[in-house]
Amino acid sequence: MDKILNRAEGKLLADKIAKEADVKLHECYQCGKCSAGCPMANSFDLMPRQIVHYMHLGDMDEVLRSKTIWLCASCHTCVERCPHDIDIPTLIEKSRMEAQKRGICAVRDVRLFNDIFTETIRYTGKSQEVILEGAYNVTSGHLMQDMVNVPLMLKKGIVRPEFNTVQDKQSIKKIMNKAEEGGAAL
Amino acid sequence: MMRYSYFPGCSMDSTAVTYKASFEYIARRIGLIMEEIPDWNCCGSTAAHTKNEKMALALPARNIALSEEHNPGLPIVTPCAACYSRLAYSTYAARNSEETRKEIEDIIEMNFKAEPDILNFLDLFGDEEVLAACKERLVRSLKGLKVACYYGCLMSRPRHITGEEDPENPMKMDKIIEMTGAEAVEWDFKTECCGASHQVDAPKAARPLIEKIFRNARANGADAIVTACPLCNMNLDMREEEINKQLSHKYNIPVFQFTELIAIAMGADASECGIHQHFFPAFDLINQVIVKNAKEKAAMEKQEAKKDPLADGPVVIGRAGR
Ligand code: SF4
Ligand code: SF4
Repeated sequence: MDKILNRAEGKLLADKIAKEADVKLHECYQCGKCSAGCPMANSFDLMPRQIVHYMHLGDMDEVLRSKTIWLCASCHTCVERCPHDIDIPTLIEKSRMEAQKRGICAVRDVRLFNDIFTETIRYTGKSQEVILEGAYNVTSGHLMQDMVNVPLMLKKGIVRPEFNTVQDKQSIKKIMNKAEEGGAAL
Repeated sequence: MMRYSYFPGCSMDSTAVTYKASFEYIARRIGLIMEEIPDWNCCGSTAAHTKNEKMALALPARNIALSEEHNPGLPIVTPCAACYSRLAYSTYAARNSEETRKEIEDIIEMNFKAEPDILNFLDLFGDEEVLAACKERLVRSLKGLKVACYYGCLMSRPRHITGEEDPENPMKMDKIIEMTGAEAVEWDFKTECCGASHQVDAPKAARPLIEKIFRNARANGADAIVTACPLCNMNLDMREEEINKQLSHKYNIPVFQFTELIAIAMGADASECGIHQHFFPAFDLINQVIVKNAKEKAAMEKQEAKKDPLADGPVVIGRAGR
């Protein structure tokens, strides 16, 4: 795989992300407590501990190409237990945005779901659970997944087929477009 | 007065039927006044902050700004853990950086002071006045029901956003549930992640999280799991049957919203609080508990009536309450 970022570039990007996340990467002493308690670790290719380590080394390429940055559930268990309060979910979140910007995505379905979710908000102002799952299933090819539950949801009156929407739809669209104009980070 | 600015969130109008029905039942009985924020929008949930930080702060901020305008001076209450977290993040960011506050104002083109406090439903029902009002209305006990209170991530962590003193072992819901007579068991998965939207977009990775929650609840003797969030509730309730299909020893653990149990203790029947609208059947368990407690009560009253007052033994001095 050709490197998209060399060490120097990687180091620069890692330091920028760490600074924004208010994390001092060198403070991590690799105790592994973060990884031990991570509920998603079973599916990660890089452990939370390794994310911090690779960033410290400047090996951002590995981080941006990892599945981990897409599968992290932002549950904040790791940072809650870290002896140095290293904010791994924020490191991961910012890395994911950087990966997105560069068109890198190791777990396509997660990205797809988030795209559909945000687009639904952009056009209706609210999240539409049935449509969301339906659209996701059609686009991702996982047709049967949660759709099996939709008829039951409709039958039990758990969801209604019509849309709930915001009246002032234009303002939502504008807010989202304006937020995007300025770039992803604050 | 028990008056709040109300942000119901998208799920309250769609999938969270039992949460909505039971909450409205309680609110009517105790005189809770919930002023819904006019024309509120989706908080952006987990998707927005995955994609764009400014969007993740601005979408909730529009709701807070609308609340400041229409419901001035009132704290904002929301039933959903994700909405709560997003509203609280925006508030925190704006309160801690004037630059950020201004930038958000500029994006939403509204005044945004980040003044109202953001409360979740556990904060609301933990309030002394609300709690006392609920207790006054209780008509039956759920004694004998053992529940595992499940808080999930976002009402506990990160602690600078939630203000939770013990994010590994929160007690708010346990204390609220006690008033119904049900027993909140000690267990280890109170704040373990349910996988959130990864149950949809990465099911292979996320399903085991739910199975572990059920497993730990059962291992600690719980008959049911109780939640305080539409998403946590759906993730557990909707997938229990599916998880059972792959197991030889099936789970039989209905999942309730904590408001359902309060409504039942206030005398709501099944249809009034949505017990019949669960994915995983929940009626039988509640019915058993209620019938058993009613029978015991009746038997005790009968005995009391039969009792010859003169046959009572002497009062034992020094034993409290005799
Ligand atoms: S818990 Fe903190 S110090 Fe320990 S390895 Fe993880 S990030 Fe490093
Ligand atoms: S925030 Fe992400 S990395 Fe940290 S424990 Fe949760 S899932 Fe794991």
